[in-house]
Amino acid sequence: MRPRIMALPLLCAAVSSAANTAKPIRYPSPDDMALSADGSRLYVVCGGTDELVAIDRRTKTIAGRVTVGRLPRGVTVSPDGSRIYVANSWSDTVSEIDATSLRLLRNLPAGFEPTGVALDGRGEFLYAANRIGGNISVIDLHSATEARRLVAGRGTSWLTVSADGARVYATHIYPNPGKFRSPPESEITQIDTASRTVVSRLPLHNVAGVFHVAISTDGRLGIAAQMRPKNLIPLAHVEHGWAFGNSLAVFGEDIGGIVQLPLDAIEDYFSLPFGVALAPDQSKAYVSASGSNEVAILDLRRLVAAAKSRDAASLANDLSAAARYVIRRVPVGRNPRSLVLTPDGATLYVANRLDDSIAVLDTARGEVTATIPLGAPAELTAERRGERLFYSSNYAFGNQFGCANCHLDATIDGLSWDLEPDGFGVDIVDNRSLEDIGDTAPYKWNGGNPDLQTECGPRTERFFFRSQGFRGDDLEDLVSFIKSIPLRPNRFRLPDGQLTPAQERGQAIFERTIRKDGTPIPGELQCLVCHSGPYHTSQVLADVGTGKPTDRSPQIDIPHLTNVVYSAPYLHDGSARTLEEIWTVFNPNDKHGVTNDLTKDELNDLIEYLKTL
Amino acid sequence: MKRISVFALLLAASGLFAEDLPRFRWENFTTAQGLPDNRVYSVAVDGDRVWAGTDNGLALYDHGKWKVFTTADGLAHRAVLSLALDKQTHDLWIGTMGGMSRYSAGRFDTFTQLNSGLANDVVYGLAVQGDFLWVATAAGASRLNTRTGEWSLYNERNTPMYEIWTYGVSAAPDKVYYAVWGGGVLEYDVKTERWKDYNDPDGETEIVLYKDQGLIHEITTSVSYVNGILWAATYFGASRYDGRNWRNFLDKDSGLPSNFLNQVKSIDGTRTWFSTDKGLAYFDGQCWATWRPALDTHAPEMLVRDAQGAVSRVPVDTAPAHHYIFGVDFQGGDVWVATAKGLSHGIRLDTKGTSK
Repeated sequence: MRPRIMALPLLCAAVSSAANTAKPIRYPSPDDMALSADGSRLYVVCGGTDELVAIDRRTKTIAGRVTVGRLPRGVTVSPDGSRIYVANSWSDTVSEIDATSLRLLRNLPAGFEPTGVALDGRGEFLYAANRIGGNISVIDLHSATEARRLVAGRGTSWLTVSADGARVYATHIYPNPGKFRSPPESEITQIDTASRTVVSRLPLHNVAGVFHVAISTDGRLGIAAQMRPKNLIPLAHVEHGWAFGNSLAVFGEDIGGIVQLPLDAIEDYFSLPFGVALAPDQSKAYVSASGSNEVAILDLRRLVAAAKSRDAASLANDLSAAARYVIRRVPVGRNPRSLVLTPDGATLYVANRLDDSIAVLDTARGEVTATIPLGAPAELTAERRGERLFYSSNYAFGNQFGCANCHLDATIDGLSWDLEPDGFGVDIVDNRSLEDIGDTAPYKWNGGNPDLQTECGPRTERFFFRSQGFRGDDLEDLVSFIKSIPLRPNRFRLPDGQLTPAQERGQAIFERTIRKDGTPIPGELQCLVCHSGPYHTSQVLADVGTGKPTDRSPQIDIPHLTNVVYSAPYLHDGSARTLEEIWTVFNPNDKHGVTNDLTKDELNDLIEYLKTL
Repeated sequence: MKRISVFALLLAASGLFAEDLPRFRWENFTTAQGLPDNRVYSVAVDGDRVWAGTDNGLALYDHGKWKVFTTADGLAHRAVLSLALDKQTHDLWIGTMGGMSRYSAGRFDTFTQLNSGLANDVVYGLAVQGDFLWVATAAGASRLNTRTGEWSLYNERNTPMYEIWTYGVSAAPDKVYYAVWGGGVLEYDVKTERWKDYNDPDGETEIVLYKDQGLIHEITTSVSYVNGILWAATYFGASRYDGRNWRNFLDKDSGLPSNFLNQVKSIDGTRTWFSTDKGLAYFDGQCWATWRPALDTHAPEMLVRDAQGAVSRVPVDTAPAHHYIFGVDFQGGDVWVATAKGLSHGIRLDTKGTSK
């Protein structure tokens, strides 16, 4: 097990170094929020400091904090208000907290990367959206066990329960698997809480990246924030039009189906819509733009009218449509995420994730009247400054998008893109993971960028943003942030670090030097030669036979394999939908490693090992 | 005389009189009613809904109407050989001639030997066991851990499976059984994670030298494991195994209408249904019944064989769509039957022949 042996001295060095350095600076980074049952408190999940913060709404001060699991992302409150539930995305648990004492009561088991949480109307079953699992854990709160897991969309993240508790709605941030270069397809998964089963999936065509969803109090109208990426045409259209359709999915009985409506306006884009809230009297809707740092106030009746209009089906790509229903766009803090509206509809809370604060928006006046700080350190590190740049859409032409539009929550978007302005369908590229890539140069699938400064500076300016780019200190800050993006926990390794028998057999295949018939495998066709080192890349280019006639060169940068299991699709252009297809479909001549002498079970073993990297 | 009366009382108490055998009114569905094909290989009941796997697509019977799903909807292949319902999630697993699909509330996800760890695209049998899906394929057994996505393959390299043509699978919390076409029965012990095979002690012959000393034949097509009782269907009779003793059933000495069995499905280990090429058969532990269109006249027919072996004919007005039966599933007291010429719904009647 070579990689782990090599990693040990590195780990020791890191521990030794850490002992001599100060504690890393952590920022609260508020994300999801919920009101207490009596409305007196606002509960805020702070993913950066692994805590839940309770805010006294009257005094606008912090009333308490409780440490939860790693990287908490979602929060909900029991119907009786006695319990708070927090999804710990990196601990794969949900913390149950006493709402009065803010004491952690127990941690409940969930799936891989629980992100959003919701309770049924009786407070008996808890639903947790598992982002990596692409499913929803149904947790029995009486027995504290996971009763079942429901299939949901890829990257399942956010849940909302209807006011009567009868339905849970789930969204997902990565598109469901589809054919290569086909329009992305997503869904809103609807769960019946009585039977605890999925009862329908509302199809979202041409959509990848669906965020918060809100349901009207009468249950007849739902609105979800979403993106319509235009990844099938060259990104040259950034300066000609529109790279992402920042939009809403509007659905329910009031609509009679599902309609997509834009939030963008001409040269006034509403980048990376995230949070959604509906006024109790259904007069207004509120949507946060986590890239352009605004909250849009929408006239809900006009929005519904647009959704029911004769031309509704054509409005999704109409940059003039938003003027029909967007009343105002209110500037808020950086990277606004969750929105919470008070029951009287008078106050909207906005989680300014990268300002570590909560904006208090007076809905009657339509402006921010106060900001509640969450106790962020005074010092702003280079990484934090870079993170703000990463999420900002201020650099792209027309402020259309930022890095985070494609690298959702600093990961991937599950899409392949046509980045180059050199013609349709040339050099299609898969969106690669950014986890722990600091030492994996060169960058870009053709290896054309020797360092991240080149990748994120002039090349980003030219190929992505078509406007200004990151330069000087900004560029260094951005690179610092990207280098600081950590590896998510790998769920496929055993807790004790050992390998399962299947993984061990797979490791032997990964490291083999001879074919099954005893003949030697040339070095360049051995897995471990190209995928060597701590990141499982030899950091050079190779022709592994996967080049397409539309690629300018068959030479491909050998990708790092750390957490490769999370980053489908695969190969440089995303043509392999699964790890299996890399070899069952795209390696007919053994140019991408010798695999054609393997039986199906041996290939399965190899894949089980790759999942642990 | 007194002894006979006590015996009769015991039989009556256990419902073992021939007159206690179920009666049905048969309602048949074909392409005329909306099925995509009359050749129905598989059937699965989900509450009030019924799924039918046909030679030309998947069909769902819901609120009196059929809805058809094809490859255009995402189905892996037109020929649907096997179905298994996850009773927790109500997701449907679908085995086809070209891979396996999962239908979940309107969405199809497909697993093939190219895009997943599935051993082979010809999927004859499926069984859900908690978080695991067990699959019988033409190239061995596969197990999918639906929580982790891990596939485990079982074949001649890691089990006593000397034939890899697995045809049927039945899974319970403690054990999993595979019907291996030409290879007998394989047993997987969940606790020990070990495999064991059961074969015909008479070898690969059609001669039954020692009738109750083991599996009746190597060419097994289906298994059913309920309450610790294993039933195996073969092309040469049926076998029952309680963990200690085998009991075999042939058409010549039981109520089986034929030794050619496509499926066996037990309700509780005792009450068991048999899908044969000459009709649908039921065994309640003592007595037998067979339903079919008569082989000669095609008139509706119900044959009964009582505990003493006496065969009688019960007058009936309806029969399943065809005598060639592929499989059954249950809906309360009703039975749904996949046949070579349509899908049949056996609507349970009381013993007087009226609807319940």
